[in-house]
Amino acid sequence: MRSVAPKRPSPVGWVLVAVAVGWLALAIGLPLATVFIEAFRQGWTGFVGAITDPDALAAIRLTLLVAAIAVPLNALFGVVAAWTVTKFEFRGKTMLVSVIDLPFSMSPVISGLVWVLLFGANGWFGPLLDQWGVKIIFNTTGIVLATILVTLPFVARELVPLMQAQGNEEELAAATLGAGGLSTFFRVTLPNIAWALLTGVLLCNARAMGEFGAVSVVSGHIRGLTNTMPLHVELLYNDYDYVGAFSIASVLAGLALVTLVLKTALERRLAGEVSSDERPMTRFR
Amino acid sequence: MSLIVEGLSKRFARFPALNGVSLTVESGEFLALLGPSGSGKTTLLRVIAGLETPDAGQVRFDGEDFLSLTPRARRVGMVFQHYALFRHMTVAKNIAFGLSVRPGRERPHQRAIRQTVERLLALIQLDGLGDRYPAQLSGGQQQRVALARALAIEPRVLLLDEPFGALDAKVRKDLRHWLRRVHDETKITTVFVTHDQQEAMDIAHRVAVLRDGRIEQVGSPQDLAERPASAFVFDFLGDANRLDGVCDGGRAAFDGFDAPAVVANGAGGRATAWFRPHETLLAAEGPGLAVTVADILVKGALVRFECRAADGRLFDADYPVGAPPQLAIGASAKLRPTRVFVFADEGHDPAAVTPG
Repeated sequence: MRSVAPKRPSPVGWVLVAVAVGWLALAIGLPLATVFIEAFRQGWTGFVGAITDPDALAAIRLTLLVAAIAVPLNALFGVVAAWTVTKFEFRGKTMLVSVIDLPFSMSPVISGLVWVLLFGANGWFGPLLDQWGVKIIFNTTGIVLATILVTLPFVARELVPLMQAQGNEEELAAATLGAGGLSTFFRVTLPNIAWALLTGVLLCNARAMGEFGAVSVVSGHIRGLTNTMPLHVELLYNDYDYVGAFSIASVLAGLALVTLVLKTALERRLAGEVSSDERPMTRFR
Repeated sequence: MSLIVEGLSKRFARFPALNGVSLTVESGEFLALLGPSGSGKTTLLRVIAGLETPDAGQVRFDGEDFLSLTPRARRVGMVFQHYALFRHMTVAKNIAFGLSVRPGRERPHQRAIRQTVERLLALIQLDGLGDRYPAQLSGGQQQRVALARALAIEPRVLLLDEPFGALDAKVRKDLRHWLRRVHDETKITTVFVTHDQQEAMDIAHRVAVLRDGRIEQVGSPQDLAERPASAFVFDFLGDANRLDGVCDGGRAAFDGFDAPAVVANGAGGRATAWFRPHETLLAAEGPGLAVTVADILVKGALVRFECRAADGRLFDADYPVGAPPQLAIGASAKLRPTRVFVFADEGHDPAAVTPG
């Protein structure tokens, strides 16, 4: 495929470019700049003080813990789902693909609320769980469940199109050469999807750490206990602690920027591999 | 050590892919499965390889029940149309794969594996390219690597699924002869799927022609050419002309002329006679069907006269380039076969039979 070389914009083109750049600056650049400016309004000490506050540290720890549980589980689920969808034919396959996408089209509030309905004090299983002394809502477990639901599609969505494009001939070849299921997966399938899997995991992780709505419903906002970073930002903001709020927000924004840089680097690496035919681990997008 | 297939049936959601196929492949034989797409030839191959489970029937090899064995235990080498090389592994790793995935005690030593890889690289004439990745090789080279990878496990049967289907004509031809040489060296029982009759007739000891999940005829290339069992086989094996006539014993009579007839399955009476363009005579005068020369084409060492009868039917006549009849496009001529084939199953399913 030959790509058409971009030509120099015409006057109309210049206007469109200006609109696009202006809009990006206004909608993304300005808020992002504000976050960092506000965070450092009282200088470095204010920033460091805000993020070393015990409640802030608890929020950072909780966020990392939740991501550390939710992301691997969803990575595992994503691989299994993509494998199922692309390597087998079965009834209800189209349904399954649509259902995987559902958390994207659903408001995160609902993703939180369903857990409250199931496990809350007045929920279906709430009283039963209460008897056993198990607490899910207003607890880390609930936050993890809500996060899993919201971030469920990321890995599967990266993998399904790639694995569909790759087909399953390599796996069939491995089978005729005597490889068992596990050996085929680890020696043939996984290396073929490694980079796409990593991209999916990065996106999943970014969302897991940044999720507000779903987590807000199940958290209970207990300072130092069930507050994740995004929730803590809101709480501090409502306390008129702007430096604190923006300091935590800037940490979150920083994590997002790191994710973005890594993802771009990965995609460039993938694109380079495919075009140069140097070492094509994956054909990507 | 022969491979015996008996009464094999396999149905996919809508259509039967195999419909009671029975076939014996002798030890060391090179057998081609020939048929149009959808005739079930690839399904048959995949059942033998263990990639597909049949609904009914048996596959036995050397007395063993193949269907009860895993693909690994069958030790069958398979080569796919689109190579199916492991794209993230080097050529050497690809070839070594079948040996290196064996469980500990059956796995050869690293050094033995390396030697096998070197030997096979030499066999496929890619010495020194072991460190390349599949994407850095041409299609023909990739398919040779795929063959080496299949040979590395010392397969008891080698299965090839349209291995040269994705390659261009020149490469196909070279690889075809090379494959036959490899077979003559290794003597591995080989089943080769193709839809290209030329390819099948060129390299196989015997050819099995498949149609709608059934075996239409099995025989040597000469058998198929000289004693085709059905109009389908005759038509599939090459260009064909058709003309209605009356068949009586060894001759077929037409309107004012006749020709010697090869009769299959006791056919007789009114029947369609089939004949090849190279067994068709064209002359300005004399007995024969009145036709007009519609076009003259040069096909390699042959000149092909495309002729049209008064009712619009088309006939082809082939002559060596050196000695064509002196007829120009638009000339009137008489056309007659020197030999025809008449089949008993005439007339059924004309849609599957495309003239010319």
